[in-house]
Amino acid sequence: MSSREAILSAVKKNQPVESELPELNFPFTSVNLKDTFIRTLTAIGGRVMDVTSWNEIVDNIKATYSTTSQVVNTIQELSADFGSFQRPSNPHDLKEVTVAIMKGDFGVAENGAIWLTDEAMGNQVLPYICEHLVLVINAENIIPTLHEAYERIGNSTYTLGTFLAGPSKTADIEQSLVLGAHGPKSLLVFMITS
Amino acid sequence: MIKTGNTHSELADKFNRDKKRVEWHDETLWFVRVKRDKAALQIPVWEQLREAASQIKNNVLGNLHNYLVQFEKNAQANGIRIHWAADAKEHNEIVHAIIKKHAINHIIKSKSMLTEECGLNEYLENQGIEVIDTDLGERIVQLAHESPSHIVLPCIHWKKEEIGQLFHQHLGTPHGNADPQFLTAAARTHLREHFLKGRVAITGVNFAVAETGEFVVCTNEGNADLGVQLADVHIACMGIEKIIPQRKHLGVFLRLLARSATGQPITTYSSHFQKPRAGQEMHMVLVDNGRSKRLASDDFRNALKCIRCGACFNTCPVYRRSGGHSYHTAIAGPIGSILAPGFDLKKNSDLPFASTLCGSCTNVCPVKIDIHQQLFKWRQAVVKEGHVDLSKKVVLKFTGFVLSHPLIYKLSGTLGRWVLRNLPVITNTRLNTWYKQREMPPAPKQSFNSWYKQNKRV
Amino acid sequence: MNIGLFIPCYIDQLYPQVGIATLELLEKQGLNVTYPANQTCCGQPMANSGFEHYTHTSNKNFIRTFADFDYIVCPSGSCTLHVKEHLYVANRKAQATQIRNKIYELTEFLTDVINLKALNASFPYKVGLHQSCHGLRGLHLAQMSELVAAPFSKPEHLLSMVKGIELISLDRHDECCGFGGTFSIFEEAVSVKMGQDRVADHLNHQAEYITGVDMSCLMHLQGILNRQKSPVKVIHIAEILNADK
Repeated sequence: MSSREAILSAVKKNQPVESELPELNFPFTSVNLKDTFIRTLTAIGGRVMDVTSWNEIVDNIKATYSTTSQVVNTIQELSADFGSFQRPSNPHDLKEVTVAIMKGDFGVAENGAIWLTDEAMGNQVLPYICEHLVLVINAENIIPTLHEAYERIGNSTYTLGTFLAGPSKTADIEQSLVLGAHGPKSLLVFMITS
Repeated sequence: MIKTGNTHSELADKFNRDKKRVEWHDETLWFVRVKRDKAALQIPVWEQLREAASQIKNNVLGNLHNYLVQFEKNAQANGIRIHWAADAKEHNEIVHAIIKKHAINHIIKSKSMLTEECGLNEYLENQGIEVIDTDLGERIVQLAHESPSHIVLPCIHWKKEEIGQLFHQHLGTPHGNADPQFLTAAARTHLREHFLKGRVAITGVNFAVAETGEFVVCTNEGNADLGVQLADVHIACMGIEKIIPQRKHLGVFLRLLARSATGQPITTYSSHFQKPRAGQEMHMVLVDNGRSKRLASDDFRNALKCIRCGACFNTCPVYRRSGGHSYHTAIAGPIGSILAPGFDLKKNSDLPFASTLCGSCTNVCPVKIDIHQQLFKWRQAVVKEGHVDLSKKVVLKFTGFVLSHPLIYKLSGTLGRWVLRNLPVITNTRLNTWYKQREMPPAPKQSFNSWYKQNKRV
Repeated sequence: MNIGLFIPCYIDQLYPQVGIATLELLEKQGLNVTYPANQTCCGQPMANSGFEHYTHTSNKNFIRTFADFDYIVCPSGSCTLHVKEHLYVANRKAQATQIRNKIYELTEFLTDVINLKALNASFPYKVGLHQSCHGLRGLHLAQMSELVAAPFSKPEHLLSMVKGIELISLDRHDECCGFGGTFSIFEEAVSVKMGQDRVADHLNHQAEYITGVDMSCLMHLQGILNRQKSPVKVIHIAEILNADK
């Protein structure tokens, strides 16, 4: 008997009587979603800017990062200023990227996380290998909790989907928080209201 | 029996010789517990979430067979290659075979308690494969040839000065520099080289969804993601109990996991891997290693609900004052003390006793595992199997005898109090463990029982 | 209402004044209290050490002694919890279940059963309340810090009726003292450190007395206080609630 059959038959034999799945119904107290999102993401090391136009985003990016930065952009609206990303054949070619710019699907107020999938990433390594990550989300797309998030994700398919909340970080050395463990050292989020 | 010198109490005794260090260790972990409390308090439905998580996990245990089959089918349809391992040895062999197929001798690995359980690193190193742990804390203990002392905070027992010294030796950082910011930056540079070299990346798994055939890996550092996105081959290793039924259930678990673990609202990265990216190979090894056997036990099955958040470690007053290595097992702390006896009762017969049964663990547990009740039940199992030393047995048998016979109890109490009062040398010796650091209780002339008889005329 | 007084073995032998205070306190409320002299112990020391199978005769003795009372009251959260969770005799299941349902720890009995509204007691000292784990998390005598739930405390509610008392607050308001029965012997180093840390928390907040619902925890803290030659004393909550002089 293969291990597969052995494991499955042991599990079948030993598993207890099945119990019901719970209803998932968790009311949330109504809050100002935008404010909560900004406060939460800021508390975990991200920076959020409330903007009303793409031009504002361009100006802010230019003001924030040095002109010698290697910038990679995957957003069409910003391609005039930051070019448009050509998928490299090898993810290793992205190792020198300073700033990566991409669109997030939506933000979650309770935890400051932004959902993005491989489609928006250009290359799947990009949000992790860049030194600074810039995400743009629509200000209307802030939802209260993860329950609404999964309702929204529904049964969509992706290669990679991720909740990304702040810059990469570690507190492994004596619980001292350090931003920029292996991934981006900073996260800048533009919340655009059009 | 466990070798003398290696029981929890002996190792804890050693740990307690440096009082200042114990206090530092305790305070550091208590700080994490407090952060957890603050995070939980911000969620008014916290207790409902714990209950839902517990019910989902109960449902999983009762329907694990079908969920495993469903997951396998959906994951395979997504292009993930599924392997089944009956035990640690088979798990290690499967992983090794995949690496060998690609003719590689260097792999990178993010945190996986399952691979710790299986002793994967040691196995692969014996096969001539270099394994680089990429989680900062795990890399630190790996450089020091140690095992993690905590499942979420692997090097919580290390002081920054010691890490500075370790990095000075291994990474060439300046002698005496113990700044966490600086040391983390040094590790980033050091590990970045390995990330760029790594063609095979191993990760653990936090959750696998039967309905969608995807799995979720949570990290703060981004090491799992950076590793797998640069590698040609991703191997995910998972215990069979990590399956959850539906994608929407992730909402419950991800709300609980990081808040329980570190007090963060969510980990920085919660990556959902549904398919291999173009040109990449994605493997998943499903490991039993005693889980299906435990599933049969009404008393101990619940431990399989664990989501490895580590909240029970941080809250445990014994763990905080004895350190992870005193548990001499891959998973320390309260949850380790109920998991380890299931693997080897004889070797871990001391662990169910490394607790005051205070019950704090059970009440921080996000999936409501009855940890302290299981500790109690393991104690009964240890004694029944005869893994308890004779002195303890005799003393307790005697106590049981005395306390079940009213007359003998009264006589021995009177005698005992007389000894306490009149012959303190008998009790106040080094042989009396209580007296080493505590005074004996008072020895009144009269018991309550005899006072009652005198004063209430019965 | 016929009340059986259950005095745990170590209180009987080492802290008779706690038994006396409990009895007097209950009688002051006009209750009919009997102390059955043949009682011994709930069996917890054996069971918690893995020897539950040795508790058969002490369980039988417990049932024989207490079966006929309307309520059983005990000045110990830990022993009460043990009876509630583990009292079992194969051929006396019904009696055992009845006892498990009618045994009360003293402060929960005063709060929940007789609904005590006032006390004529006075204790003009700074007092730290040690939350014993079994009373707290097992019997829910107060809200534990682990849960996201409304706070309450039966012991504090009763202590608030005592004149002159000043309850101090602690940094860690419900951490275990490290006694744990035979844990205090077999895990001596950790047990002592836990006890020392608990004591330090009370001392840092200027406690003159440490009180609680379990004399076993207090015995442990007392052993540490006395070794430190501290003037701070331990006192069972029944003694404070009964302090009318």
